Amino acid sequence: MLKGGVIMDVVTADQAKIAEDAGAVAVMALERVPADIRAQGGVARMSDPDLIDQIIASVSIPVMAKARIGHFVEAQILQSLKVDYIDESEVLSPADYVNHIDKWKFNVPFVCGATNLGEALRRITEGAAMIRSKGEAGTGDVSEATKHIRTILGEVRTLSAKTDDELYVAAKELQAPFALVQEVARTGKLPVVLFTAGGVATPADAALMMQLGADGVFVGSGIFKSGNPAARAAAIVKATTSYDDPDVLAEVSRGLGEAMVGINVADIPAPHRLADRGW
Amino acid sequence: MRVRKPQDLNGISGLIIPGGESTVIDKLSKIYKLRDPIRALIASGLPVFGTCAGLIMLANDFTGGPDDQESFGGLDVTVSRNAFGSQADSFETNLSIEGIPEEINVAFIRAPIVTRAGAEVSVLAKLSDGSIVAVRQGNLLGISFHPEVTGVTSVHKYFVQMCKSANLSA
Repeated sequence: MLKGGVIMDVVTADQAKIAEDAGAVAVMALERVPADIRAQGGVARMSDPDLIDQIIASVSIPVMAKARIGHFVEAQILQSLKVDYIDESEVLSPADYVNHIDKWKFNVPFVCGATNLGEALRRITEGAAMIRSKGEAGTGDVSEATKHIRTILGEVRTLSAKTDDELYVAAKELQAPFALVQEVARTGKLPVVLFTAGGVATPADAALMMQLGADGVFVGSGIFKSGNPAARAAAIVKATTSYDDPDVLAEVSRGLGEAMVGINVADIPAPHRLADRGW
Repeated sequence: MRVRKPQDLNGISGLIIPGGESTVIDKLSKIYKLRDPIRALIASGLPVFGTCAGLIMLANDFTGGPDDQESFGGLDVTVSRNAFGSQADSFETNLSIEGIPEEINVAFIRAPIVTRAGAEVSVLAKLSDGSIVAVRQGNLLGISFHPEVTGVTSVHKYFVQMCKSANLSA
């Protein structure tokens, strides 16, 4: 039950403790945060099991870890390590450019990225228990996160307004199963929780995502690439909880030191954009 | 209505402390100065319903958290935090609860269990292995599981009845 909470990327047990102390509802155990993966390049893979074990041992909150898209053996290893969630993530280098992991074969729940409703529904069909809008990881530029959460929720609203006979074509256009499309149209929401990710760097960014309708927020590079991670982490937790209270948001935005420097998404050549990974 | 600030507590006739991470609820309730007002309301007899992490927050004593974690207290029980293991050890089961007519299907997600219940505490439900998963003491109701995940409303209805009875006798 992570709704309304903040999930933070951490690369060491010490960072995981800082995240737990700041009020994170879960941590994502990684070897490199997305900003470093982007800067250093190379193939990004599942983290070393030793690192994941250390992080699981250091905190009492749930621990997530990333597997490459389509790399079901990395997922088998993560399940054996007893992580609480597996993120089949576009932040790592994809292992399969056609298929995603068949997530129904696992007991551990999966979170998957999506840029639009069709992609979200395909991941849910494959067994994802949680969707995060992708944004553009490792940038500190919130514009793609805004675009993806608006797109997904806007498409849900559009579906809700359709008549029953229009849903057949909607399912074809979304490239998603009819029964799932019908369920979303009827309930007006995804059948799983929808978090947002990819570029959140400030308390105001987190509150923006919540006001746009996200159930919670992932913060990757934004915390431990900033000047004062502990203070920024705590401020982002408070902003996510009190997302509709500008007085609180003003208070928690004060004196946080330097935010991560960031890269404008527009300056990243299209082949280097992570959000395009996933099919 | 949602409670985020001390003034949100004015005039309420009951309080639900939901699931989540009890470490987060503890920290934020302290930061937002909700801890002492909620403790005072519990002491004054306000009906309070804790589910999962909320049960931990209502327990006088708990194990398995960071050293500095505190609860609101009120229920004379000891609760073991995250007693079933990791997320993959979550499960759904049918459960019969004293005071609720029909067996219900509920979800246990990184759930706590009650390892000690004091003399004043009524045990309302146990799993087949004997683990205590629902308790009541006066106007405090605590359960280990998430009835809302499976769409069950009968436990919430039971709590609404508790609130109505409390208001009548107040």
